[in-house]
Amino acid sequence: MTEPLPIELTVNGRDRRVEVLPHHTLLQALREDLGLTGTKECCLVGECGACTVLVDGRSVDSCLMLAAEADGSVVLTVEGLATGGELSPLQQAFLDTSAAQCGFCIPGQLLSAQALLAEVPHPTRAQIEEGLAGNLCRCAGYEQIIEAVRAAAAGAAEAPAIPPAVGDRAAIPDATVAPQ
Amino acid sequence: MRPFAYERPTALRDVVGLLGEHGSGARLLAGGTDLIIRLRDGSLRPDVVVDVKRVAELDGEIREAGARVRFGALTTMTDIVASARVRRDYPALAEAALFVGSVQIRNRATLAGNMCNASPAADTAPALLVYGAEIVARGPGGSRRLPLDAFFVRSGETTLNPGELVEAIELPVPDGPRGSVHLRRTRRRGHDLASVTMAVSVGRDGRTRLAYGSVGPRPVVVVDDSGTLADPAAPEDAKRERLDTLFADARPSPTSMRASPEYRLAMLRVLGLRGVTTAVDRLAGAR
Repeated sequence: MTEPLPIELTVNGRDRRVEVLPHHTLLQALREDLGLTGTKECCLVGECGACTVLVDGRSVDSCLMLAAEADGSVVLTVEGLATGGELSPLQQAFLDTSAAQCGFCIPGQLLSAQALLAEVPHPTRAQIEEGLAGNLCRCAGYEQIIEAVRAAAAGAAEAPAIPPAVGDRAAIPDATVAPQ
Repeated sequence: MRPFAYERPTALRDVVGLLGEHGSGARLLAGGTDLIIRLRDGSLRPDVVVDVKRVAELDGEIREAGARVRFGALTTMTDIVASARVRRDYPALAEAALFVGSVQIRNRATLAGNMCNASPAADTAPALLVYGAEIVARGPGGSRRLPLDAFFVRSGETTLNPGELVEAIELPVPDGPRGSVHLRRTRRRGHDLASVTMAVSVGRDGRTRLAYGSVGPRPVVVVDDSGTLADPAAPEDAKRERLDTLFADARPSPTSMRASPEYRLAMLRVLGLRGVTTAVDRLAGAR
């Protein structure tokens, strides 16, 4: 029973049928079987979030989910955000605020932000920080990423506000520090 | 990852059957946020992974059942955080669930899995212990119920019998106003296992229940019947003394990389006093 298993899932609006090995993850199925390499492989322990995709609307680390578990589910990857050759408002906001530096974490950041905005259309800064806490950016471009999410939420991607200085929490009125 | 077989039974009796057939060669999969990591690093090498998410009798619902609130085996941390019932009646559990990993992890990680992994640092264990949680286990002989305090043995080891699985976790409905809180100490904010976890619950009867984790091989619950901790007017020194007695059996690991035993014992007392203060304040503000 370690032979390939047939699974059916909807990926970015398209019904797909693939055969997956039981020990392969959703991340592997997306990248290797479906050729969707926008979803990145990085830490493989669920800490960095580079492999974030939405499964039935909820964000997950696709490195921590077996492909077989995704049988019958609806998956959204970064390739599914743009429609008709047009970037989504969120992607456009990332572009406008120069939120991508090396770009490696951006697919995961986008999917986490997509899930956050679906649940909280106008998040506070603290909600954005918490919503994206599972996505690490080794370039440390967090301020621009947060600003991009705020801009997308405000529908004002063309005129981003000047982000506060990094580390200047006093400049962030709605920032909260979780109790330790 | 080393190859394994994947089974996705739809009936509980089939899960029990697979566990009987494969013994220790079978591992149950619910959220997978611990299991997949251990399959990948090779510390677990099962022949078969049994995915329990399609089992008809298992669910992820939080619902009242008699004098208890029942958490189905598939209840995720996200479900707990989102539950108005949990936030109202079991706030320490909601606070603890919110500390688990990130959004992505909370969307998958289950409460039952957090218990079955039996980590001394399990974030939700202290809150469940102070609220008097019971485990509903299902095995070849049928269902049985046991207090969560009788479930933990040591890291990774529980009193589940071979062939048994957790069907649900139940909490008694509160019998009156109480104040409760969850606190934890980590090396840094964000993803990290706890150096010390603490939950405190104070009732109008003057009883205080405290549970702590990450300070020994398993989470521990202790009870103060003296009324000292619940008394807002009691001097702080008397409370400290009482906490020292209650925490006398704490045995932090001498080899952990996250914190020294001395630091953990010191923080246990700090969090204990802080937790008691907050729980007493919350009780005063309760209906």
